[in-house]
Amino acid sequence: MTQTANDAETDSGAEPEVLLDVRGLKVHFPIKSGIIFGRVTGYVYAVDGIDLKIRRGETYGLVGESGCGKSTFGRAVLQLEEPTAGEVHFAGKDLASMKGEELRKQRQHMQMVFQDPLGSLDPRQTVEQLLLEGMRAHGLTKNRDSRQRLIDLLEAVGLPRNALSKYPHEFSGGQRQRIGIARALAVDPELIVADEPVSALDVSVQAQVVNLMQDLQKEFGLTYLVIAHDLAVVRHMSDRIGVMYLGALVEESDADDLYGHPLHPYTRALMSAVPVPDPLVEDTREQILLQGDLPSPANPPTGCRFHTRCPWAQATLCDTERPELRELETVETSKGHRVACHYAEQILSGEIQRRT
Amino acid sequence: MTTTTSHASPPAASGSNQPLLEVEDLRVTFGGRKGPQFTAVDGISFSVAPGQTVGLVGESGCGKSVTSLAIMNLLPGRGNKVTGSVRFDGKELLTLGDAAMRDLRGADLAMIFQDPLSSLNPVVPLGVQVSEVLQRHRRMKKPAANKRSEELLGKVGIPDPTRRLNEYPHQLSGGMRQRALIAMALACEPRMLIADEPTTALDVTIQAQILALLKELVEESGTALMMITHDLGVVAGLCDEVNVLYGGRIVERAARHELFATPRHPYTGGLLASIPRLDLPRGGRLNPVKGSVADNIPWDEGCAFAPRCNSVIDVCTQKSPDLAPDEATSDRLLRCHNPLTTDASDSTQEA
Repeated sequence: MTQTANDAETDSGAEPEVLLDVRGLKVHFPIKSGIIFGRVTGYVYAVDGIDLKIRRGETYGLVGESGCGKSTFGRAVLQLEEPTAGEVHFAGKDLASMKGEELRKQRQHMQMVFQDPLGSLDPRQTVEQLLLEGMRAHGLTKNRDSRQRLIDLLEAVGLPRNALSKYPHEFSGGQRQRIGIARALAVDPELIVADEPVSALDVSVQAQVVNLMQDLQKEFGLTYLVIAHDLAVVRHMSDRIGVMYLGALVEESDADDLYGHPLHPYTRALMSAVPVPDPLVEDTREQILLQGDLPSPANPPTGCRFHTRCPWAQATLCDTERPELRELETVETSKGHRVACHYAEQILSGEIQRRT
Repeated sequence: MTTTTSHASPPAASGSNQPLLEVEDLRVTFGGRKGPQFTAVDGISFSVAPGQTVGLVGESGCGKSVTSLAIMNLLPGRGNKVTGSVRFDGKELLTLGDAAMRDLRGADLAMIFQDPLSSLNPVVPLGVQVSEVLQRHRRMKKPAANKRSEELLGKVGIPDPTRRLNEYPHQLSGGMRQRALIAMALACEPRMLIADEPTTALDVTIQAQILALLKELVEESGTALMMITHDLGVVAGLCDEVNVLYGGRIVERAARHELFATPRHPYTGGLLASIPRLDLPRGGRLNPVKGSVADNIPWDEGCAFAPRCNSVIDVCTQKSPDLAPDEATSDRLLRCHNPLTTDASDSTQEA
């Protein structure tokens, strides 16, 4: 949308290089009806206009509830889902316009870690075959001692050497996720998109995998896009966080600032709903209970998409005009804290009170 | 209410009320005969009083769901062995006949399952599924049952209940299905409710709504609630008394404030240290419990948690610890040879 401004920032050089630059990304899925002709009767607006930038070496966390389009966004970034509109610049090149071999070559630099560790590993391949497949596809096995490389990989993710000849079903959930991570690492990527990397795991194992991902980031200089519904996990892992609601970002900020000064009503509600394992906190804190469910992304509300459930919604603007993601000019919030709410200032100052 | 002779109740059981549900030395073993045996629940005892919320917490495979199924008599008839005693209002449930159990289930003793889609019948409209409970247990006529169903759906926060009565489960969102399931469980105003991971499949904002609903229910109608969950955050806000399960046995039992303030069992402490917290400053690493449940040793050889434990000492792999009142805090039951110190809890959480 504001492309010129984006370019200027990229060139300024004061900040670390922007590795991934997504501009106005939209993914709309057609809803078809009829048997033979398949008339398109509408669209599911899964991702509806997202701009975001991820700098090299940082972790960007994307949170939202189920159905908000966060997974579709992650897949669209990697061109696993064809974007309806928008650009995805990866290290300066626009992926959305690439096709075929050119795009396949780029995939070496961006890999994905999936949520379901068993479902995303071929049950008939040994770990060795799983890891070698990607390396072969990108010609990484020709000149190097691939055996040593595999052993290094396993060591990096904390699996024993004899794992190479085993099949996925022989491992526990946490170990499988480690295999998934090793597979992503096998081709020396720069960006890893992790879609709910720990949500299928038990808490004690979850913490092991979170720590592992942080260690690997330091060791290999990786850039992460972590997509998850668990705000506590995302906040722990990320440098910056984007909050998604119905296909769009409603707030974006530094991880610390988001908790310190949540600006968007949805972010506030989300944070107040996350249970804290401390009875003292649980007994005293104020909960903002949202009414109802997420509206259908096939028929999103007009104006601000959150206005149907927003406890702060006003009679004007909210239901008619869609708010832009903008930076507030207050002293409290840090630079780069953006929010898509018409009344963010008034809510922050207490001028507009929450309806109960 | 029939008066029951009070059985040796555990010291940490809070609430002065006569317990409604008493589970004693419950043991569930799968397999056997020729194949290998696996003890999923290994001698669990606890009790729940009216108006009390008791939590069973643990990771997958610790036996928490099997406990609830055994209480409800819902385990398959073959391939398992259930011993011990489950008394509900003085009646022994494990030896109760099928017909008597059916009369009790859904009427006085109800359950909410984790996965609402597979717990609802996909080819029967919602209204029929809710009113069926009323027709069976309250002998209501169809029109009266339908009217009551409508009220129930409205009460659990389903918008436009009249229309929803004729809809099928697939037409509802996950949160609404879970509400419908709660409405079915509440239909006959049960005195005891067992909730097995009722919010795990839901988003946090919906989870908050459901938990508020359960809390209100316990406060208003004095229902006894047994809450089974893996989420310590849910426990912290809801449960009066918490049982931490590991490898089929209770390893620590305490009232929630005491448990979270000073976890004594290394497993409880480890769980708390592995959760990233939203309300604490960021940064630093999590302190996970090492290994996985696959590393467990059998309970009769020592403490099952010993291979994963950070404060393991020699005796842990030689002698099985007993669940005994904790001497240092005297407010809980503990199964550990070398518990965490009472003041170290803060450091484990901050780390």
